[in-house]
Amino acid sequence: MKERGWTEIPIGGIIEDAGNAATYETGSWRTYRPIWDSEACIDCLRCWVACPDSSIELADGKIAGIDYDHCKGCGICSFECPVDPKAIQMKLETDVAKK
Amino acid sequence: MRVARRLILTGNDATAEAMRQIDPDVVTCFPITPQTELMHKFAEHVADGDVKTEFVLVESEHSAMSAAVGAAAAGARAMTATSANGLALMWEIVYIAASYRLPIVMPVVNRALSGPINIHCDHSDTMGCRDTGWIQLYSENAQEVYDNILQAVRIAEHPDVLLPVMVTFDGFILSHTAEILEGLEDAEARNWIGNYEAKYSLLNTDDPVTFGPLDLQDYYFEHKRQEIEGMWHAPTVIREIGRAYGELSGRPYDLFEAYRLEDAELAVVALGSTCGTTKVVVDELRDQGTKAGLLKIRSFRPFPEAEIAEALGNAKAIGVLDRSVSFGAPGGPVHKEIKAALYGTGREIGIVNYIYGLGGRDMSMDNIKTAFAGLEKVAREGTPDDNIRFLGLRGEGGV
Repeated sequence: MKERGWTEIPIGGIIEDAGNAATYETGSWRTYRPIWDSEACIDCLRCWVACPDSSIELADGKIAGIDYDHCKGCGICSFECPVDPKAIQMKLETDVAKK
Repeated sequence: MRVARRLILTGNDATAEAMRQIDPDVVTCFPITPQTELMHKFAEHVADGDVKTEFVLVESEHSAMSAAVGAAAAGARAMTATSANGLALMWEIVYIAASYRLPIVMPVVNRALSGPINIHCDHSDTMGCRDTGWIQLYSENAQEVYDNILQAVRIAEHPDVLLPVMVTFDGFILSHTAEILEGLEDAEARNWIGNYEAKYSLLNTDDPVTFGPLDLQDYYFEHKRQEIEGMWHAPTVIREIGRAYGELSGRPYDLFEAYRLEDAELAVVALGSTCGTTKVVVDELRDQGTKAGLLKIRSFRPFPEAEIAEALGNAKAIGVLDRSVSFGAPGGPVHKEIKAALYGTGREIGIVNYIYGLGGRDMSMDNIKTAFAGLEKVAREGTPDDNIRFLGLRGEGGV
């Protein structure tokens, strides 16, 4: 996205377009990556409810994946997952990157 | 011919009277001496049904400013008021209010910051937040307090400015002293204030916007530049509104007042209630043949440096009165601005900084005469080594 000059943007930090967080990628902030195991998942949707950033993706009312462009790796999804062992495991990004 | 509506009011009551006429959508309130009586009086207007204001009692000044910010972001005309440590406690949100370009108007009754604890007047509170992005109008007397509040609403809400405005006046000296002043008729005041339509409102669900998002390396700088632009527009707007208010009330306002300054050789620069005392001293000195004058700053932020440099043009010596300290700096806040304004004008003028009145120490006519007497010597000999002096201080270094 081309960054605009100071006369070209609304004053005071106002964002006029609702929902534009979708176009602002924040996934690079992540230290831990949630790894979703579709086999273990029971589709209870607790992770989808609890995610503070709408990063749990759904398809036909079931978990379909994780939006890594926006997930910041807070781990709430994994914490809330009721399956044992958990269907979402948090892995260090550096470890994931090595593989 | 205009028939004046004469009132006898303290500075606090004059503010409450102006607020009654403004009838703000939201006023947030937390008491602190010497502002408390201001909100007592306004609370009476709320209780008596004189205003339709949503009056929000909060648990701290931090919350008072936070609630005002929320209300202003919702598109309301919002006000609050405070003093000293209350202002210090709300400081975080004071800065945010200006950054979000919310036209909040806040009377600040000047009081010394603790510690040691003190409830009386100096300007350490408002001078301490002179760089928060708020416009600051200082008032000489209760009439100016009233007039400044009514103008502040128009200045803050002007689309070229959109910055919050602090109207300051000296604690106890003005806040608790009754004076005769002229008020506008209610209909006149309402017409002057007019309606406020915020460009953005958090309550507008048809066209929703985001206030206060994260703003990092990519855009924060641009938003600060916009804020600077608003402040740069402010002098013109303050002057236009001051002129228009003069046509309405017979009392025009400018960014500063030049009192017998045109041919003055000895000039004092001051702000607040001390200016009234200084005018009496200037008159006495003039009667004795001394070319004395006063430059009274009304708008400290924005600071009209070019116009002030011009107005001080004929002075041979300038005494700058500061009712606060800028610790570790070369002089008080007003002194530094005056020196900066004169830099590059090519004129060699002796300038002395008089720190005075801290913690409510009385500023008498004799003190001001002492300052002028000092300036006579400076006019002959230029800026002395002891160019920061302490007026009314006991012990070494006091004058």
